[in-house]
Amino acid sequence: MEQLYGIFVYAVFLLTMGGIYAVLTLGLNIQWGFTGLFNAGVAGFFAIGAYTTAFLTTAPSARHFGGFELPAGAGMVAAMVASALIAWGVARICIRLRSDYLAIATLGIAEIFRLVLKNETWATNGARGVSLIPKPFEHLPEPWNQVAMLLLVFAIVLVLYGLLERARRAPWGRVMSAIRENEAAARAAGKNVDKLRIEAFILGAAIMGLGGALMAHHIKFIDPNMAEPVSATFLVWVMLVIGGSANNRGAILGALLVWTIWSTTEIITTRLPTEWALKAAYLRIFLVGLALQLILQRYPGGIFRERRLRTSTTASNRGGGSHP
Amino acid sequence: MMDFVNFHLIPGVVLGSIYALGAIGVTLTFGILRFANFAHGETMTLGAYLTLTLVLLTGWHALLFLPVALALTALLVLAMDRMFFRPLRHAPSIILVIASFGLMLMVRSLVQVIWGTELQGFSKGITLPWVLFDSLRVFPKHVVILTAAIALMVAVHVLLRHTRTGKAMRAMSDSPELARLTGIDTERVVRATWIVGAGLAAAAGIFLAYDSHVETLMGFKMLLPVFASALLGGLGRPYGAMAGGLVIGVVEELSTYAWIGSEPLLPPGYKAGVAFAIMVAILIWRPSGLFRGRVF
Repeated sequence: MEQLYGIFVYAVFLLTMGGIYAVLTLGLNIQWGFTGLFNAGVAGFFAIGAYTTAFLTTAPSARHFGGFELPAGAGMVAAMVASALIAWGVARICIRLRSDYLAIATLGIAEIFRLVLKNETWATNGARGVSLIPKPFEHLPEPWNQVAMLLLVFAIVLVLYGLLERARRAPWGRVMSAIRENEAAARAAGKNVDKLRIEAFILGAAIMGLGGALMAHHIKFIDPNMAEPVSATFLVWVMLVIGGSANNRGAILGALLVWTIWSTTEIITTRLPTEWALKAAYLRIFLVGLALQLILQRYPGGIFRERRLRTSTTASNRGGGSHP
Repeated sequence: MMDFVNFHLIPGVVLGSIYALGAIGVTLTFGILRFANFAHGETMTLGAYLTLTLVLLTGWHALLFLPVALALTALLVLAMDRMFFRPLRHAPSIILVIASFGLMLMVRSLVQVIWGTELQGFSKGITLPWVLFDSLRVFPKHVVILTAAIALMVAVHVLLRHTRTGKAMRAMSDSPELARLTGIDTERVVRATWIVGAGLAAAAGIFLAYDSHVETLMGFKMLLPVFASALLGGLGRPYGAMAGGLVIGVVEELSTYAWIGSEPLLPPGYKAGVAFAIMVAILIWRPSGLFRGRVF
């Protein structure tokens, strides 16, 4: 019975993490899937969100900046605003760049954030990170506090899904895919391409910031290594590409699927002798990379392909480009 | 004053020549295959670790293995192209960027599995610098690295200017369609590009390891400065990449010099951010770089 209870608590924890990754993947989907913006700095916006809420909601501490003891909800909203503001600055500079340049620039920006978080010890406690971040529903008895957190995360995922699906069908979303497919045509049709791209970048980044905030509250701790390209950026990209770019259901499913595989294989690897456990952990990254390559080559649309909006003109010639 | 030359200017020039070697590969791949190769840093790591293995096996000096390590790395990169880039040759270039992003982590994790994550070195012990004119201190290894790097860059120059392959590479970089129409075997040019890029990257990795140490993240740390160098020189411009590398290397080292007062101008922890700051500035004000490279 006790063992079953342990598995239950673990499963709840795992699913909550999967839900948080779904939030991040939905954010990336707006940028890459719908608008075709390559953001290689997911980890950076994740970190901004996580640290913003950590500063605002923790109790005062000599180790780091902040300590305003605000409620978690306020922290999450602030995390979204902070990510959005920084994304606005980044987008103003980078948005007109060709996708490769944007990838390099965003990767660089994420690295700069990491350097700041690591070096400004007075504000962030450096590499030791910020701990004792309050978790919503903490006062509830075990395991209900965990279950409540899970429900909160999934409620957020569902709300985001609903809003993004509406946005996708709305004229706004249709212009976005027009920009992705044929920028020149969108421009010729009188659309302000740069402004719309900046909007998509900011919206995506704000959602990533929310994901970061949720993660900070969920594991109650944040350090600069969480903004490392492997753990955040790469995993989120793999989730989106495997689930299906430009499909919100694909984004959510990809996140849950990849996260389940990622963390259940961790159970296996941690049971190996220490010497092998470390190597197996790296092997895991290798296999995820290999899976990404297979998907790119064999199933470029991912599990859920993009659902094209059908109008009288597109119904006759759908199924054109498979790559987003 | 001599501190400035000994601890900032000379290391800057050496680092810059290493960046330059890496940047040539990035700029060639960009010009000919038309995508930013994120796995390029890992090619440098591979070169360094292959050399390390040979050194541990034989006990000989690392630089003796330079030709072997360059060839082995080039072969491995050709195999990677075959497996991961060739199937996507006609896909949009951004898909290739994603593939290279994935490949970057695959290579890195494999290096971590095979060689472990501890810092390692080609040789134990410390070599003392030569002291010239009473105060100028020059490390023999820096002279060796600089000489070898210049020799490799001259070799690239000869290849691009005076051989059929080099001319075909330049033609394809200028216009792939026209190159195909004139009967240039584009797959052959692509292979040549990978060989040259990978060889130079391996050399950069080996020199960096020879200057300091071997570690699994060394390639990733080089990636941003190398991209910045290629951008600064103008993408698709091999000579620009050489100049860009030198500038970035020197500026990185000079940024920590005590220009004002006795404190370093920039805390050393932020040295890695210098290349990036330069890169952003170029992207905003002069995307074609110093040497009028291609702007896509």
